[in-house]
This record gives sequence, structure tokens and C-alpha cells, in this order.
Amino acid sequence: MCLAVPGRVVAVGERDGTSMADVDFGGVRKEVCLQYIPDAAVGEYVIVHVGFAIQRLDERSALETLAAFARMGLLAEELDGRDPAAPRPGTTEEAI
Amino acid sequence: MKYLEEFGDPALAGRLLEQIRATTTRPWAIMEVCGGQTHSLIRHGIDQLLPAGVEMIHGPGCPVCVTPLEIIDRALEIASRPGVIFCSFGDMLRVPGSGRDLFQVKSTGADVRVVYSPLDALTIARRNPEREVVFFGIGFETTAPANAMTVYQARRQGIRNFSLLVSHVLVPPAIAAIMESPTCRVQAFLAAGHVCSVMGTGQYPDLVRRYRVPIVVTGFEPLDLLEGIRRTVAQLEAGRHELDNAYPRAVPAEGNPAAVAMLREVFAVTDRSWRGIGMIPASGWRLADAYQDLDAELRFAVSDVHTAESTECRSGEVLQGLIKPHECAAFGGRCTPRTPLGATMVSAEGACAAYYRYRRLSPPTTSRPAWDATAPRTAHV
Ligand code: SF4
Repeated sequence: MCLAVPGRVVAVGERDGTSMADVDFGGVRKEVCLQYIPDAAVGEYVIVHVGFAIQRLDERSALETLAAFARMGLLAEELDGRDPAAPRPGTTEEAI
Repeated sequence: MKYLEEFGDPALAGRLLEQIRATTTRPWAIMEVCGGQTHSLIRHGIDQLLPAGVEMIHGPGCPVCVTPLEIIDRALEIASRPGVIFCSFGDMLRVPGSGRDLFQVKSTGADVRVVYSPLDALTIARRNPEREVVFFGIGFETTAPANAMTVYQARRQGIRNFSLLVSHVLVPPAIAAIMESPTCRVQAFLAAGHVCSVMGTGQYPDLVRRYRVPIVVTGFEPLDLLEGIRRTVAQLEAGRHELDNAYPRAVPAEGNPAAVAMLREVFAVTDRSWRGIGMIPASGWRLADAYQDLDAELRFAVSDVHTAESTECRSGEVLQGLIKPHECAAFGGRCTPRTPLGATMVSAEGACAAYYRYRRLSPPTTSRPAWDATAPRTAHV
């Protein structure tokens, strides 16, 4: 039940004096309480837990992290001429 | 969905694993506090891909698992009362109380309803003014803002037939309790990402200093976990102990100030006993004095229930990282998710349930390091 997942805000509105949003989770839409991220705009991603947006998903930071992972180990691989994307003996990348 | 697949990329995972292998020179014991992380680690087999000797110890961060037996028994008692609609998250229904669970109470005619959000319980209360509607408010700091907002809205909207059975628990006091334990062999922590999305990271520098222990805020996808572990091992190997944030896309340092303000308004810190672990001072939230009229325990006066824990269940040791689930004799035999003896077998985030689901065919004993895992703590090196 600690699961919190990112979803895209597709509409914002109000119900019983509380700010609410329609959030799209990869095709499934849910009504979510937006009271804790009141300035979330349509198109932004929020992290949702038990029907509440608890945080914004910072897309720039997500992309930076992925880029850092992509660079990781590349230098060493260039130096010894290996294909960075190929799995090597002794690793079990396929298992993930 | 956005950034769920991207953070599961096997090629990038391979690189992170390679980095962890290249850095590791000796055994380390790292605790992931959060049950969601336990589930993800076991599901993706990440613990088995790590270099031999880097051991993941599964922490007490499953709210379903640590909700004290007496609160479960009170829930059962309240749910059985005529006129009550008892609302709960689904995974609480099979948590064993002393002898029965909410599911059994429901099958004998009680009105027990599973809701997705506590606000749904408030809607049920509004539609059934002649009934008493109780929501079972459990969880860590991640879930507490939802319950706090629901209580606040009940008050604001004048919904008088709604109350909350509260059993909130807090992560930082649990980390302190684990480090204070004489049997502690945890050398570093992955801090629960979504708890920090709410609370920020301000509570951790003090723990890092006091126990000289690295704490790395970590997310839940495979790459998040591997990056958290990579940064943790790098600190341990260098003899450093710092607070680090490996989940910046969801965790700003200040957390969510609006949620924190609401938590301060509605809740007050209290001592809380954790199932299987025992009392941890100042480790939970109760309703603040101004909101006590919404407290289901007071409204239904259920203070003296008599509890009886299963004598066979070793979930306390599992929750403290002293044994792994398959080391319990009941595991997979007398105790399964359909017939759980302890709460750690119920929730998807419970370590016993995660091992049952993903590890029955390949017992993890084979991948455990050959050497004694009771390595000295960093503080003593
Ligand atoms: S396997 Fe079952 S009985 Fe054993 S510790 Fe886990 S929950 Fe308790």
C-alpha cells in the first residue's frame, strides 16, 4: 500500500471545496486530490499515493539521472574497446 | 507509464551493477527500510545480482506488518458493531488479529468495505448519515497526509458520522531504534523515497551524525534501487557517512510543505508499539487534541481488548532483519498468503509474502555469502 506512482494531470477542478484532478496512469484515469500540489498544471506529472498527489515528478531531474546512468562506465568501456550495450560474461543483466 | 519502464532498463542496470562490483572490496549489510523497496528488490532479484557479501536486510517499513495487534483487535471489535461501516485499504483485511481477521468479520455479516482512498470513506459517510463510518488510518508518512486531509475535510464539511482509527508510524525513530539495538548489524540505510517526498530530507542529517551511518534516499524501480545501493557502497568503502539523495526526481529537500503543515495541524507525536518489534518512543502519530472527537478509539470506547499473538510466527525477527523469511519453520507450509500466521505474510510489501511469491523455487540460501555476515559496523572500523 506504500505504492506511489507517477501520472499525468489531464484536468483540474474542484469537488466539495477541495481541489481535485483527473490523472492519467498509462491509459487508466483516476480522480486524485490535488490539495497538496495545488499549482500542478494540466500536462505535468505528479506522484500519486492512495488518491492524493504527494509530489511533483521533476522530469528534468529524471532525464539527468538516466543520462548519468547512460554515461556511466562508458569511458572504461571505450578504453578497452567493448560494446557498452552488450552483456558480458559473468553478468546477469537479462535477469533484471 | 512515465519513468517506470525507463528506470527498469536492463542495459543501464548492468552498468550500475558493474560499478557496484568494481567498488565492493568487502561485505556490507545495507537495510532498505521500506517494504515497497523490499518487494521490488525480491521481485527483480536484485539482491541476488549484487556482489557476494553485499547483503540487503529487509527493514520494518511495511505499515500493514507493523500495525500493532491491539489496534487490529480494536478494528475487529469496531467493525462488528451494528450500524458501523468499516472502511480500510484492502491489504488490512487478511491481517490476523487475535484469532480472526477483518475478512472473517465481514463474512459473518459486518459491513467492511475496501476503499482506494480515505476520501472514498468520507463520501460513504456523507451518503449514509444514519450510519457510523470508520476509516482504518494506518501507514507511514507517505499515507498520513491523505488521512490528515480526510479528517480535516470531515471537520470542515461537518460530517459527524465519520471517525478515524489511527495507527500511524514514523520512519526516523525506527531507524534510531534499529541502530540502538544490541543485535544491530546494519551499516547503512536506503531511506524510503516516498516518505521523503512528503517529509523532505531534513530529519536525516542528525541520524547520519549520531550513528555515523550512511543514509541514501532511494526510489523503487530497479535502476533507483541499484543507484541507491551503488552510492551507499561507495560511501561505505570510502569510510564516509553522509546523507545522499538518489531519488531527486521525486524528493526535493524540503519535501511537500503543504502536506507537512496539514500533518502538524491534525496529528500529534505519540509513542507507538510496532507489531513484532515493540514500543518505540515518539514513533507514531495520533490525532491532535483538537481532533479527538474524530478518534474512533474514543468514540467506540474499545480500550481493553485482550490480545494473543501466534506463538509460531517469527515476524518480529524478520522485521528486525535478524532472520530471512524462509528461515521460519512455518514459511510456505502452515503460513502462506491464504493462511497467514503473521502480518508479514499478508501485505505485498511484507518480506514473507515477497519471498513466498518470488522465491519459493529458488531458496535464497544458495546465494548467501559464505562468510559471517556479522561484519563490524562502520562506526567501529
Ligand atoms: S513465514 Fe509466516 S509465521 Fe513465519 S515469520 Fe513470516 S509471517 Fe510469521
